[in-house]
Amino acid sequence: MVRPLGFLVGLGFIAALLCAILTTPLTNEPNASHEFHKHPKHLKLASDGMFPHWDKAQLQRGLQVYKEVCSACHSLHLVAFRDIQDLGYTEGQVKTFAKGFQVPSVNPDTGEPATRDGLPSDYFPGPYANEVAARAANNNALPPDLSLITKAREGGKDYVYSLLTGFQNPPANLPKELRPGPGLHYNPYFANLNLAMAPPLTKGQVTFADGSPNTVEAMAKDVTAFLVWTAEPKLVKRVQVGWAAFLFLLIFTTLTYLSYRNIWADKKH
Amino acid sequence: MSFPWAKNYEPKQPLMKWLDEKLPLPRLVYNAIGAGYPVPRNLNYFWNFGVLAGAALVIQIVTGIVLAMHYAANAGVAFNSVEHIMRDVNAGWFIRYAHMNGASMFFIVVYLHIFRGLYYGSYKAPREMVWLLGVVIFLLMMATAFMGYVLPWGQMSFWGAQVITGFFSAIPVVGEPIRVWLLGGFAPDNAALNRFFSLHYLLPFVIAGVIILHIWALHIPGSSNPTGIEVKDEQDTVPFHPYYTAKDGVGVGVFLLLFVALTFFSPNLLGHPDNYIAANPLSTPAHIVPEWYFWPFYAILRAFTFNFLWIDAKLWGVIAMFAAIALLFFLPWLDSSPVKSSNYRPLNRKFFWVLVVDVLILGYCGKSPAEQPYVILSQLAAAYYFAHFLIILPIISRIERPAPMPNSITEAVLAKHADDASAATA
Amino acid sequence: MTSETDISAGIEDGVRRRDFINIAAVSFAGVGAAAVVLPLVNQMNPSADVLAQSTTEIDISAIQSGQAIKTSWRKQPVFVRNLTPAEIAEAKKVPLSDLRDPQTIDERTKPGKENWLITLGVCTHLGCVPLGAAEGENRGDFGGYFCPCHGSHYDTAARIRKGPAPKNLVVPPYEFNSDTVVTIG
Repeated sequence: MVRPLGFLVGLGFIAALLCAILTTPLTNEPNASHEFHKHPKHLKLASDGMFPHWDKAQLQRGLQVYKEVCSACHSLHLVAFRDIQDLGYTEGQVKTFAKGFQVPSVNPDTGEPATRDGLPSDYFPGPYANEVAARAANNNALPPDLSLITKAREGGKDYVYSLLTGFQNPPANLPKELRPGPGLHYNPYFANLNLAMAPPLTKGQVTFADGSPNTVEAMAKDVTAFLVWTAEPKLVKRVQVGWAAFLFLLIFTTLTYLSYRNIWADKKH
Repeated sequence: MSFPWAKNYEPKQPLMKWLDEKLPLPRLVYNAIGAGYPVPRNLNYFWNFGVLAGAALVIQIVTGIVLAMHYAANAGVAFNSVEHIMRDVNAGWFIRYAHMNGASMFFIVVYLHIFRGLYYGSYKAPREMVWLLGVVIFLLMMATAFMGYVLPWGQMSFWGAQVITGFFSAIPVVGEPIRVWLLGGFAPDNAALNRFFSLHYLLPFVIAGVIILHIWALHIPGSSNPTGIEVKDEQDTVPFHPYYTAKDGVGVGVFLLLFVALTFFSPNLLGHPDNYIAANPLSTPAHIVPEWYFWPFYAILRAFTFNFLWIDAKLWGVIAMFAAIALLFFLPWLDSSPVKSSNYRPLNRKFFWVLVVDVLILGYCGKSPAEQPYVILSQLAAAYYFAHFLIILPIISRIERPAPMPNSITEAVLAKHADDASAATA
Repeated sequence: MTSETDISAGIEDGVRRRDFINIAAVSFAGVGAAAVVLPLVNQMNPSADVLAQSTTEIDISAIQSGQAIKTSWRKQPVFVRNLTPAEIAEAKKVPLSDLRDPQTIDERTKPGKENWLITLGVCTHLGCVPLGAAEGENRGDFGGYFCPCHGSHYDTAARIRKGPAPKNLVVPPYEFNSDTVVTIG
């Protein structure tokens, strides 16, 4: 019974699929934006690869770029001030840094919303009170939170870096419907080609204490490195622990293999 | 059960004797995975995957229990609670990444275990019940994995929940009420998240229970082996311990090496970036894909694009996807060949490899966007999938002429060694 | 006799050499398992965000003499009490030999700030919050704090005087940042 019934069921599925094959057009809808969309450029960082480390000076510069540029529109709500001790700051410096921010609070006398100086245990405050306020201030576009941005986009850090440095004039052969509308900016690394964010970095915008170059390229690299850290603060430790575990297991596996050979020595199999 | 020459458990110390009289737990273990279980001596490394699947389940349960100590199943805070685990909980990143990649390792191992069974005919009499219970475990695993993927409440979690519960709305008349009932609302939200968490915590223990039945059913006929010839006498077997505990130890070592490499060196390789964006019910990601272990079934779901007969395309897709798994329940009766191992089934062996390639193609299509050439490729591959199990397999099991087979496991082993020896001298 | 032991020793040697590798493999498995258990146990310790909130600043300018406030530090209640000179005198009067957990009031306050008694509001018996910090609450037989759970009485220096509690209310680590602001922790 199973086989004849199965045969019929199988024929049913195959017939349905044959009809589907015959009725599905073999060509895709033309999508002109594909042609202009670019793959992200590779960005090499100290935190890459199998032996990563944090370039703390670069991360500190990146933090500065975030604070002086990005934080005007983008929140970083998963990162606490205490976390930046990882970037090589002392406890005192972290306290001073945190104090430079006003975080939401409640007036203890009236219960009215108020602000107070930041503490190391506070998280980076966002620039807007809520999503509605953020959209209202940005022509209905929502600036995404940056805490996880290098993990939350296809292409990761390469994409973030490419986007920051990829603003340009639209190519002459760009079809009319793909040209940036009002309030939009052409960037071939963005999926829709046109994004609401204006080119955020301009040459010389941030002055680094260590005298590092402050071209758009350099600042984009630094802030991307910083955002790699915010997305995965345990990255370096993770790979280090991974090596220890891997080497340990390599020895363990070798031992089990020798033990296996040893136990089976007198048995043909 | 078991063979007459199986070693008998004889406790030596008085304490173990006492325990054996009151609660013969050591005896149970001894007979299940100890020296009291005779196993064919010719098992190859493909027979490791059962034990490895068990190891994967243990890893998932242990890491899962720990994660549940920090995770908050509330739509408002679930995403941040996962990030809290990643950033602030001691070794939280390790436990979370291990759980996340442990799920993938579990499926890798189980898929290899299933294909081992397909190639060597492990589903055939007298082991049909072992196979049936295995398919039940596979279904439970898929349900558990799906619900687990919803918990971080990222974009893929949310839209995965939306799409998968959407399957039920394909059922005529009662579909939509069932979907609303499953979600406890009209879209995935707190109610759905909470029940998914509850069930995600429950199901692994159900899986563990079915695994016990799976092993119990296996121990009645004893393990199968690469020749497919049943055990005839003591010569054909070795005690499970120490022979296969040692061999499984090697398997566990290699498994852990891969697991560690994935978890520590590339933990997000098999994940999707969109799941690092908090769930947003108002915006669907550009390209929704399930986790890799669902890709072949997702491709089958999407392959049906035509309202054939009186059933619409959406329902066809859902039926076909479930049928693709459900037909495995009938496999022991679809394949009527008395020969188990494809080593002695030249025709079946060829089609087996075609099936492997077919499933890989389905997987690739399931991952790819719904564009050509992936659509037609998935339609052809889905057609082959059903044809393989429902038409080709029953036919070849009738017409195929098996290759000459050895008389016993021992004969096969000795012949292999004679071949090796002559090859060495030649 | 000697030759017999030699032979058995020789066999044992062979067995030992073969066993060694098995024992090594099993030991490695044990060490590995222990190494994994460590993080699985450690995850239950306070996480980084909990540890980061281990200091609390309190403004004490509004607390009048004889009054007390209840605030919190590490999610535990803290009593800040502005003692009256009479209460201080009463605490000083008690001979140390009468105390279950002998401590002078000077040991429990900061020099020059003897009127500020800052203690955890956690009864040392079984962890209930004693009464007496808020206006009109029962301050017990000794005018300090009274724990209603099992009837422990604390005096004006929050020392245990009667009831089941074994210790005085704990004085947390704190500093005066200024005359009106205290940092606990």
